Amino acid sequence: MTVRVTLAATFLGIALGLLGATARLSSFLPFRAIGGAYVGVIRGIPELLIVFLIYFGSSRLLMAIASWFGYHDYIELNPFIAGVIALGLTFGGYATEVFRGAFLAIHKGQTEAAQALGLSRFRVFFGIVLPQAWRIALPGLGNLILILMKDTALISVIGLEELTRKTSMVVNATREPFTWYLTAAVMYLGLTVITTTLLRYMEEQSRKHEHPTDAASSHLVKE
Amino acid sequence: MDWSVVAEYYPRLIDGAWVTLQLVVLSGFIGIILAIPMALARISNKRCINQFPRLYIFFFRGTPLLIQIFLIYYGLSQFEWVKNSALWPFLREPYWCAVITLGLHTTAYIAEILRGALQAIPAGEVEACRVMGMRKFTMYRCILLPRAFGIMLPAYSNEIILMLKGSALASTITLLDLTGMARTIIARTYTPEEIYIAAGAIYLLISWMFMAFFKLLDRYFNKHRLVTV
Repeated sequence: MTVRVTLAATFLGIALGLLGATARLSSFLPFRAIGGAYVGVIRGIPELLIVFLIYFGSSRLLMAIASWFGYHDYIELNPFIAGVIALGLTFGGYATEVFRGAFLAIHKGQTEAAQALGLSRFRVFFGIVLPQAWRIALPGLGNLILILMKDTALISVIGLEELTRKTSMVVNATREPFTWYLTAAVMYLGLTVITTTLLRYMEEQSRKHEHPTDAASSHLVKE
Repeated sequence: MDWSVVAEYYPRLIDGAWVTLQLVVLSGFIGIILAIPMALARISNKRCINQFPRLYIFFFRGTPLLIQIFLIYYGLSQFEWVKNSALWPFLREPYWCAVITLGLHTTAYIAEILRGALQAIPAGEVEACRVMGMRKFTMYRCILLPRAFGIMLPAYSNEIILMLKGSALASTITLLDLTGMARTIIARTYTPEEIYIAAGAIYLLISWMFMAFFKLLDRYFNKHRLVTV
């Protein structure tokens, strides 16, 4: 369950992060303002509060919308969806900054060259800019994924039966809190190690296409 | 939406915010004090010395803060000798458990930040100290650590903001910090949106305060950079 929440929230967060970064770099002021406000608010409010707000706040919002359509029963978002939305929002806020940095790091000439070739804006973005930005953003995103995985523990407070919640149940049954919370901690450590390995592999894959001489010269610059 | 509940209950939210501030400042203080020896041990060349900080940092950075809080608050009561020890009156209180856990947690992160800062100091400055014939202790106390604080300040202010957000987890062990207070108010009034949004606004205010404070600190510690630029 922990893994499923992590994956779902990562996808939502990456989509939001891309949207946010595009908004923040847009030449249209209201978009920039919205993007900036999103990042500022998400980074200043505790994840736990966002989880609560989404879980308890959304049901009233949903009910208000449903009552327009003539539906008056009680609606409640299930903890899985509420958790994924809350963590996805958080991830998206931080990912916006990661993607923004990555987009800014891509040389302007790349876009101009693609436009000169007559590619459509859509293809310039998805064919030229995004693949390169992805490579730059990957280490930052990796860190975010590791943080996200630990944040999934927060969803246990709204009753989703993931690793932390299950552990609490075991603790209630056995009355051995230290043993079992330590076991859970070790399991999270295991997940962290697996994720780190996967991310390292992905980073290597993403760098495979770099020109060998490029890599060599960038190495020289570092020296 | 009925905002009058916020007007009615905001003194209690402020009480909660006060507890949150205490948690952040106390644990930040513990963190920086423990992080200095931890970072120095971490950059040591001797395996027997740098192995402990490595494990410590790996554990605290690799597991959720919530689990760490549960481990200390609920977990320690499993052992009779802890219950019989002189520290039990402290360890029984959710407040001190939260301070200890947040402190230990942030120690791991600050130690890594400090290590990065120490390693970012240009080698020439270290060599200059050696040429002057400084002892290692003097070198760290007068030159390297102050210099590292200047370098690590932006990362450290980030870490403090993360601690501010992490302190919300203390509400899960029945502590009435800002989040905990918001939850108790909501249990009475059934107005989750208004109170949570108000609490969120207070968190935002606190984080802006910290950022302004760190900007001042930055100006103090990095004076030399302002002059040259």
